[in-house]
Amino acid sequence: MSILHTVNKSPFERTSLDSCLKFAQPGAAVLLIEDGVYAALTGTSAEDQVKDALNRVKIYVLGPDLKARGFAEGRLINGISVVDYAGFVDLAAENAKVQAWL
Amino acid sequence: MSEIVKKFLYLNRKAPYGTIYAWEALEVILIGAAFDQEVSVLFLDDGVYQLTKGQDTSGIGMKNFSPTFRTLGDYEVKNVYVDRDSLAARGLTQDDLVQIAWEDFDTEEEVENIVEVIDTARVRELMDASDVVFSF
Amino acid sequence: MADTIDVNGKQIAVDEEGYLANLNDWEPGVAEVMSKQDNIDLTDEHWDIIKFLREYYEEYQIAPAVRVLTKAVGKKMGKDKGNSKYLYSLFPYGPAKQACRFAGLPKPTGCV
Repeated sequence: MSILHTVNKSPFERTSLDSCLKFAQPGAAVLLIEDGVYAALTGTSAEDQVKDALNRVKIYVLGPDLKARGFAEGRLINGISVVDYAGFVDLAAENAKVQAWL
Repeated sequence: MSEIVKKFLYLNRKAPYGTIYAWEALEVILIGAAFDQEVSVLFLDDGVYQLTKGQDTSGIGMKNFSPTFRTLGDYEVKNVYVDRDSLAARGLTQDDLVQIAWEDFDTEEEVENIVEVIDTARVRELMDASDVVFSF
Repeated sequence: MADTIDVNGKQIAVDEEGYLANLNDWEPGVAEVMSKQDNIDLTDEHWDIIKFLREYYEEYQIAPAVRVLTKAVGKKMGKDKGNSKYLYSLFPYGPAKQACRFAGLPKPTGCV
């Protein structure tokens, strides 16, 4: 069964996203929350890494955290989906387990 | 009040909301402003995210303190700097950032926006020229 | 639990220093009750400052320090009001601290 990975740290400050994307199985879901949402934006030094990962895993971003930080959905890398809190719950329920990358 | 004016540099390197550093730094800057020192505030690395426009925290149950940066001028902070490379690495430009106005109430001198994007050499000079650096 | 004040029969929570626990609980009656406790009769001049503080908070999300309040009042309402003598005459316990309390704001940042 698949895993939902959550990443809540900025990709520019910690290696949480690097490790998550390295070890996540193809087909896994990755949800970016809190400061993790910065990885979902276009034009950053993490963009190539995230685009590459989109070929293997599904990537989601938590809408309220994105909005809090001042970014609209138009700033997201293509292929990343926005979910709300209910969507977060759905993702957790759809997957066998949740693994947090703190 | 002290007669000796020192150059204070507040160095902000953390994104807002994920940790408490950004808010704590802002509170310290506002409190420190009472001491009539020469204050500079520098946003570096993820700290540049503190100044993004359009922040709306209604969905995460936290206080949106981005409007508070606009009072720095009232608190007689006239030097607000943003590291150019940090912006570039995050796909941001000055257009993504809030503006902070400054006005001298006595002389009525006005500056529309005191937020200045500076390159590495200026950042280095700023750090060298400071007497005290407060890091957040 | 925290203390409460009675505003027109409604119990409103305040912290240990008398500031409103929840900013959204504010209504003009809060200022009336608090000022009565401090033996102040609110005049239009008091209300101007209270209103000014609420607008300042709405825009900037902080209660201004007294220095900043003085300057900002002077800019908006004229130099005869933008000085600490005038503001202290209205709010003897400190224009920022006492007026912020009446206005339902938190204690100003920078006040100990």
